[in-house]
Amino acid sequence: MEHFTLLIGIVIVTALVFDFTNGFHDTANAMATTISTGAMKPKPAVAMSAVLNLVGAFLSVEVATTISKGIIDEASGIRPEVIFAGLVGAILWNLLTWLGGIPSSSSMALIGGLVGATVAAVGIGAIHLDALIGKIILPAFAAPVVAGLAALFATKLTYRLARKADTERTGNGYRAGQITSAALVSLAHGTNDAQKTMGVMTLALITGGVIAPDADPPLWVIASAGLAIALGTYLGGWRIIRTMGRGLTDIHPPQGFAAQTSSAVTILASSHLGFSLSTTQVCSGSVMGSGYGRKGGVVRWNTAYRMFAAWGLTIPAAGLVAAVAALLAQQGDWGVTVVAVLFIAASAAIWAASRRQVVDHTNVNDPDDDAGQADVVTDAVHSVSPPPAGAVAATDPADDDPARQRAASTV
Amino acid sequence: MDIDWAALGQVFGVSLLATVALVGVFTLGIVGGSRRSDGTAGVAAKAGSYLAYAVCAAAVAFGIYTIAA
Repeated sequence: MEHFTLLIGIVIVTALVFDFTNGFHDTANAMATTISTGAMKPKPAVAMSAVLNLVGAFLSVEVATTISKGIIDEASGIRPEVIFAGLVGAILWNLLTWLGGIPSSSSMALIGGLVGATVAAVGIGAIHLDALIGKIILPAFAAPVVAGLAALFATKLTYRLARKADTERTGNGYRAGQITSAALVSLAHGTNDAQKTMGVMTLALITGGVIAPDADPPLWVIASAGLAIALGTYLGGWRIIRTMGRGLTDIHPPQGFAAQTSSAVTILASSHLGFSLSTTQVCSGSVMGSGYGRKGGVVRWNTAYRMFAAWGLTIPAAGLVAAVAALLAQQGDWGVTVVAVLFIAASAAIWAASRRQVVDHTNVNDPDDDAGQADVVTDAVHSVSPPPAGAVAATDPADDDPARQRAASTV
Repeated sequence: MDIDWAALGQVFGVSLLATVALVGVFTLGIVGGSRRSDGTAGVAAKAGSYLAYAVCAAAVAFGIYTIAA
């Protein structure tokens, strides 16, 4: 451990912070529909998801040695400062989208941050653009379509098969089905996403010369990454859960079950068959597909467009922040210090903004009053201003969606 | 451009079929086990329902296997 410098320590801590934001950002993927349909109470739901994320982190022995999926030429001079800058970009984008309650891919933010930092520090030559398109951009378009169609047909089928059954009696069955598929999504998430952080930490240790280039991650890396993601999951990104469970469409138990099953199957099929899709994008697509599967179901495209816009911005935005951070961090110790101070200040500001309108386990199932907003920026501004949730949703003149008003009037 | 269209198509097909099949089988299980509004459930319906749940449990076990493998 003689090479374990302060900088490596900072990178490790930042990686764990990213892992934490990854956890709370993605709680929604597994649990949003389970919570919004009432299959599980909010707190037990996130607790179960957290435990399964932790288990998932230890489950697989196959470690992602290349976190960047061949997009970044890791031999081209990636130094700890660059990884630090990339993580800063990814975390800030995760926090900003969380403030806006937008489900966006944490993995995509990580890739965006690392790409931006690498371009600034090494040059565009260190990026394999074709791999970026083939492995990140295209799957981002494919994921919601694949999962959405599967959820659409599955929802139609389950409504058709159960049309004569008593909803009172089928309720327990749908609840069990939802909890099971949500558990699978949580487990898969722990395995996939905790490993990405382990990959980053291992890469930092390797570049700093602490461990040998082909070494497996030490146990403390696995354990701390698993704990960070589980803690993040338990604290729950309630804003995103609300958007996914309430904002995109109104979910009934059969839809929740069909959507969760579609998510679980698509995630497992994609990681097993070697065309990996983002968990967040798969789950968002499933929810939207199931929205159309129920007769009279609607998808709130306002919210969906806002989400798509955020997906499109993820790589450029995280990349830009990371690039600036990388240029600063390369100036030496004072540069790293400046980045760290700015990063902590920005995170604190976002957290402070979130306190103006708190979303937690007590009000997560209230109507999503941000649905009428046009884009990320107005949404962020909206989150800062303190409107009383139900009243605004019901009286908002721009909000002409009847289903939404129905939902609001039931509060 | 290294877009693996075959893998994408495979993921698409498998996801669609497996989702619809699982949801269908599970729904049959729910319906078979719950059709008791007239007081009785047929033995065949009960058995079919347990079979459906067994198929789903096997699918979940396979899912966990693919995560761990």
